[in-house]
Parts: sequence; C-alpha cells; structure tokens
Amino acid sequence: MNTPGPSIIVERLRVLVRGTTRDIVDDVSFEIAPGEVLGLVGESGSGKTTVGLALLGHTRRGVQIGGGSVRLGEVDVLQLTESELEHMRGRLISYVPQDPAAALNPALRIGTQLREILEAHNYGKGGDERHQRVAEMMREVALPDQPSFLKRYPHELSGGQQQRVGLAIAFACRPRVIVLDEPTTGLDVTTQAHVLGTVRELAAAHGVAALYVSHDLAVVGTLANRVAVMYAGRVVELGPTLDLFRAAAHPYTQRLIAAIPHLTGGRELIGIGGRAPSPGRRPSGCMFAPRCTFAQERCTVALPDLRPIAVGHSVRCVRAEEVRGHTLTRARDGAREGQATVQAPILALTAVSAGYRRRMVVHDVTLQVAPHECLALVGESGSGKTTLARSVAGLHSDRMGEITLSGKPLANSARDRPREQRRTIQYVFQNPYGSLNPRRTIGHIIRQPLELFGGGSSADIDRKVDEMLDRVSLAASYAGRYPEQLSGGERQRVAIARALICDPSVLVCDEVTSALDVSVQAAIVELLGILQRDLGLAMLFVTHNLPLVRSIAQRVAVMNQGRIIELGDVDQVLGSPKDEYTRRLLSDTPSLEVALETAQSS
Amino acid sequence: MAVLNPLVAQEPPLVQSKRPAGVILGALSLWRTRIGLVLVLLIAGIAIFGPLFAPHGPADFMGLPNRLPFGDARFGTDHLGQDVWSRFLDGGRTILLLAAAATLLGLALGTSIGLLAAYSRGLLDDGLMRAMDVILAFPQILLTLVAISTLGPSAWLMVLAVGLTNMPRVARVTRGAAQPIVERDFVAAAEAIGVPRWRILFGEILPNVLSPLMVESSLRLTYSIGVIAAIAFLGFTTNPNGADWGLMIQENYLALVVQPWGVVLPMAAVALLTMGTGMIGDGIARAAAGIDRSRSGE
Repeated sequence: MNTPGPSIIVERLRVLVRGTTRDIVDDVSFEIAPGEVLGLVGESGSGKTTVGLALLGHTRRGVQIGGGSVRLGEVDVLQLTESELEHMRGRLISYVPQDPAAALNPALRIGTQLREILEAHNYGKGGDERHQRVAEMMREVALPDQPSFLKRYPHELSGGQQQRVGLAIAFACRPRVIVLDEPTTGLDVTTQAHVLGTVRELAAAHGVAALYVSHDLAVVGTLANRVAVMYAGRVVELGPTLDLFRAAAHPYTQRLIAAIPHLTGGRELIGIGGRAPSPGRRPSGCMFAPRCTFAQERCTVALPDLRPIAVGHSVRCVRAEEVRGHTLTRARDGAREGQATVQAPILALTAVSAGYRRRMVVHDVTLQVAPHECLALVGESGSGKTTLARSVAGLHSDRMGEITLSGKPLANSARDRPREQRRTIQYVFQNPYGSLNPRRTIGHIIRQPLELFGGGSSADIDRKVDEMLDRVSLAASYAGRYPEQLSGGERQRVAIARALICDPSVLVCDEVTSALDVSVQAAIVELLGILQRDLGLAMLFVTHNLPLVRSIAQRVAVMNQGRIIELGDVDQVLGSPKDEYTRRLLSDTPSLEVALETAQSS
Repeated sequence: MAVLNPLVAQEPPLVQSKRPAGVILGALSLWRTRIGLVLVLLIAGIAIFGPLFAPHGPADFMGLPNRLPFGDARFGTDHLGQDVWSRFLDGGRTILLLAAAATLLGLALGTSIGLLAAYSRGLLDDGLMRAMDVILAFPQILLTLVAISTLGPSAWLMVLAVGLTNMPRVARVTRGAAQPIVERDFVAAAEAIGVPRWRILFGEILPNVLSPLMVESSLRLTYSIGVIAAIAFLGFTTNPNGADWGLMIQENYLALVVQPWGVVLPMAAVALLTMGTGMIGDGIARAAAGIDRSRSGE
C-alpha cells in the first residue's frame, strides 16, 4: 500500500516578539498526513494559536516569524510574498477561527459569503457550478441547502450553525490543510459534539490534514489521531493520542491529564502549582523544571531535545522513562462522598421563577442546600442557572417565589436585605477579570467586606486579610498589588478570599473556573473543596462542566430551559440518569476516558 | 507526596499599569505634556506672582495714552495712560482663579451627575441627560452673558455661570466612560454585600473613569479661560478699576496699530495658557490610550 507523503511539514518553526530575540515559539516541528487530525494542546500563553496562524504564514501584530519552514507540498509558506499567501489561503490551507460570529460578515447573507470564497479562488466554472458547490458544502456540514436558508444573515443562525458555515467556508475549495483554532470553545456540549463529528467526517472523507488547536484535552482526545502538547512555546510531547494519554512521558502532560475532571468520577483533581513562564522570562534549561516534581539539577542546565521514546512518540524530558512508569492519581477522600450527617437545609428555594420583565427564564425551581453540602447546578447556556444563582445573591431582583435563609425569607434585592443576610450569603463571579476593581489593591478588595460588616480594629482587619490570603495560598505581599498584576487563577483566589473573609454560611459560585486553564481550574476546585469542608459551607456551584461536578459536589441539579429536570446525588444522576435530557448531555460531553476506551476497543 | 503539596503561588511579575498615577507619569514622558506644563507654569506664575513685581499700580497714570515703550514704562502706556506692563502683571490673577474655580465646579457637578446617570440607568439617567442636553443646546458664552448681564458681573456669578455650563459636557464624558464600568462584576460584587450607593459611585466607579476625566478637565479649563477672557473683553469685569487680560484687549484694540503692546501681551498670555492646558490634555489622553507616535510605526 502506498501511503502519500504528509500534507504539511513544519520544521523548527520559530516565532519572535517583533524586533527582539525573545521567542514566543521555538523549535516546533511536526507533520500531518492527509486525513489525519493532529491535536495541538496547551494552556493559555503556550503559543498554540501562534503556531496555528504561522501555518498560514500569518502572525499577530507585534510578532514576527524568526525561522524554520512550513512546507506545503513543494512550497515553503514562510517564503511566500503577501499576494502569493493570499492566493494560497482558503485554497490550499484554510482557517476556522474560535468565534464564528466575529468571523462572518454580519452585513452579508451566508450564501453570498460562501460564493465569495469560491469566486475569490476561481473555484469551479461559472455561476451554476458554484451554486451547486455551495449547496453541496451546506449538505456536507449538515445545514439545510435551500435558497431560503442561504439568504439568511449570520445573526439569524445559532452559534453552532454559524460555526458550521465557518467550516463550510474553510472546506469550500477543498484545501489540503485546515487549521481549526478552538472552534467549539463557545458552544454548548451538544452543539460541540455535532460540530466535532462534522470536522472528523470532512477531514477523513476528503483527505484533509487538520490541525486542531485546543486547550481542551477531552475534545482533542475524542477527535485527534495524534496529539502535540505545547508548553512555554515548545512542543514537549508528541505522540499517538491513545499512547500519549495512556502513558504520558512528560511530567507536564501527566499533570495536565491529572487536572482534567473525569465524568466517571472516583478521582480528585490535582492542580499545577506556579505559573507558566512568559516570553522573555523563560528559564534556561527545561521550561517546566521550576514546577516539575521530577526536576533534577541537570534539568536546569539545558533544554532537553525532543527525543523518540516509542514508535511515533517523542518527548522533551530527560527522565521520560521514569515519568512514564509513574502514575499520578489520588483517591477521593471519604469526606467528599456523601454527607456524614444530614443537616437541616440553610438555604431553601420554593417555587422560584425569575426573568426579565415578562420573559421568564427560570420556572418554578424548588431546592435546598444544607451546611457542609455542595449542590451543583448544571445546564447549558441559556438554561437560567446564572439567573437563579444571582436571584439567590440578590443581584437579580425580578423574581417570584420564596428563597429562605435559615427559615427567614430573603428580599429580592440585596439592598433590601438586612446586613446579617448579606454577610451570610457570598457570591463568587464567573470572570475574575471583571469582578475585581482594577483600581483597588488586593488588600483593599479583601478588606472591604470586613470594614462594611464591622471586622474589629484596623490591626484586626489587617491580620484577618493576611490569614485569608494564606488560606487561598497567596503570599501576604499580594495585599499591595493590583488585580492586573495577577494571573487569572490568582485573581479568582482573591475573589474567593473576599467572599470568605466575613465568614459566610452560603457560598454561591457562578462558573468560577470557566475562564481559567484546566490546571488552574483544578487548583481552584481543590481549594474550594478544602475550604467548603473546613468551614462547613453550604455551596451552590453553578457550572456547565459536567465532569467538574464529580470533583466538587455531592448533589446535582440539572437545569434545562429554566426548569430543574433532575435532582439527586451526583453518583446517581450522573451514573444512572433518569431524564432523557441528562442522558443526552452526558453522552455529548467529551470525556478523555470514554474517548480512550473507544479508541482502544476499535 | 511532593505532588500533593499546597500550591504556593510565585511572586507575580510587576506589570506596567494604567492607573491614574501611571497615566500621569506616562504623560510626563511625552514632549507635548512637558512643553504644555512649562507654558502653564510660566503663565500661571506671571498671573499669581506678577502683582508682587509690578513696578506701578494697575490704575496709576504714567503719562500720555497709547505711548510706545519709554523709560519707566517698559511696554508703553494704554488708552488711559496707565503702564501696560504693570497692568499685564496684575491682570492674570482674576482670569486664572475664575477659570480654575469654574472648571472645578463644572467637574464636581458634572462628574456626580454623569456617574449617577450611568449607575441608575432608566428614567433617572434619561431625565438627567436630557436636562444636560438642554443646557448644551445653548452656546456656553451666551448663557454666561445672559446671567451676567441680568445680575451684574460678580466673581461668584461668573464662576457659577461658567461652571454650570461646563457641567453638561463633563457629565456626558463621565457617563460615557462609566457606562461600561457599571456593567462589570465588581460593581455587582459591591452591591451584593450592600456597599452604600454613594461609595459605589465614588469609590468603585470613579477611579475607573479618571483618565478620560483628566483629559476632559484640561479641555474644560482651556475653554473656561477662553470664555472668561471673552466676557472681560465684552466689558464685564468684576473690578472696573483693576486690570484684566480680556479687558485689556478690549480697551486697547483700537490703538493696535499705534501701540500694539497693550493687546499683544495679554493676548499672548491667554493664547499660551490655553495652548499649554490643551497640550497637557492631549498628553494625558495619549498616555491613557497608550498612543506613542514614536513607537507606533513599528
């Protein structure tokens, strides 16, 4: 059997901050065969998008390509002129961006935009053939091909449909290579599963080499044939998906896998301490050494080369063999399993409905949360889960029904609640980049609730702030810093410290990890779990991430279209779901274990 | 077991930030701000300390009117035969004080209204901003003139009139800058724990709109100087016997060809002062927006 050569070969790619020798990406080499999907995973700032764009000969502003080659057949993309690149993009290699809504022109009908790409590259002869090709593309991405649908504008499409149009445009001229930059990040799991299926089918059917850039290991695990893991601008491990995830040979890959919440449970999340070095501050030697538990003195001397460790599997670590043999798991401690004592609920919602004027988004919700208990509220976007959480905190006042705290009804608006109630319920927001005032120091942000609720003398308050910083694993010196000097995970720790400093009984967490990298998410969930247990908090944990529920909650409520459709113990609801919707949600959620099992059995 | 150690975060790197202090420092590194500052300090210095160095009183007669520079009178005499140089040194104080007071008044009122409108949204927002639109519909100088010609020229009335007409402009800028800020979660976080409304306005939101406000305040100061000079030029002055740059221009412009100094000196002072405040404002705006032309060609 003759195997065709790879569609694209990347060799020693180097990308620099413009005008400097600081590298963003260095020594990146890989190749992708026709019909193959290579997953490029890494956390934010690892340079994965930079690599994806470099494949098209493009760099973001302030960045330049500093060396290496990207060979597409006979041509080196990096040597082409701007007009040659224009001709090549879309025809030989195309790009699917993260946000389809921003990539489509809102003023043009989607049919026009699809025809535009064909016309730009002189694809097909004449109008009729192009019309046929457009209809064919629509069918390939599983969208209706009637003229009435093609006449729609992007805003008349759902997020998933928009992303399908993006895929159709990318595949329109039958390119040889396609770069997908986190195309499913903003989508619900159900939509994501469908879009991923489409990508896989199209790549296989037309022999397109695909580079799938993502931070989501579970998605990459379900989709990719091979995976490259990036850390601090270097590929640290590259290998077949199954091999790499089953027996990771780089400590970073191993830690990353340990940080992913598992849908089937039974394992505690382990975060990665410290933060990834940014360009210009990268250490000599192995980039991961400062955070690595396997680090030895020789690791800090020189950057290890990417060396083969098995067939098609290479790794950038001097101790890869030992790392491979090591397993990093932690059994779930008993405390998380079920509550030891069932206490009377502290927070009770009875027939709560909420909405915006006449449009109700939450209908008739009844649930209770007891001290020492974490109730997860899961649902897709638009399910009303955040509105419900905000109603509890008094931030959404357009609601009916009764919410009681220790038996006493709560006013709709936080302003109308007595001080004690405001102190007792605390809220942690989704986005730590928005929830901390950028003009206030961390110390001021954390002390504000204390000053408001009367936290004793100024010295007392200072002491409590220091203690709280320590509890959330931040150094006391952070008190004098501003939010912008902190990473996302550190900011979320500050937000948690602010919520906990006045000793609340109920903590409402709204998607607190959705803006964070998986390793940071693991650390935050770990911290929240410890604090919740130590302080006996009743916690309402809102999330769209089903696997995460396993790692933090004892009970779970599944929301769909504003109603709670299933409520019960985590193991029971996620293990043997009764409702059709929950079952669909579970089967659509990408999971590394499931992906690996199916890959192995096939 | 080392893996299970609690996560101790590293020291975060120090990042150049865009806090107001940072903006001012950034602005000071630009040449336009430095030149503007020198101009403003020079003219303000003349206005404030000038009377101490004036060789004669502002109303002392030196000789014949409209004489070119001679002996004791370095810049000649004005239309009444008073010393131009002494009157120039004496005439800046009022204009500067009145302009500064009017700007401060406009800033205080405008900022409060803008913040309140942005934070309240809804009816109060609409009501306040439509009221501001009504004031904005009249030219600043017209409203000031109406007030002064009805009630007579007095210092407090001038400050009030110019200050009140500065208010809607400041309010619009503040509201515009505050609108995206009030939607951010840190405002909701403050509401959730019941921080009083006024503290949310001035403690949480105000610090986040300081940069555009600084730009706006220098602009308002520039315009206030212009308006107050113009009012004096039209003959409304708080002290008819005293000197005033605007008044000087009016008194002497008929003799411009014969004795230009009586017009040129105060005119140059007003021009340099407004240029200076304008350049400072521009520098702050650039520093706040992160524009640096010398590096933008990259």
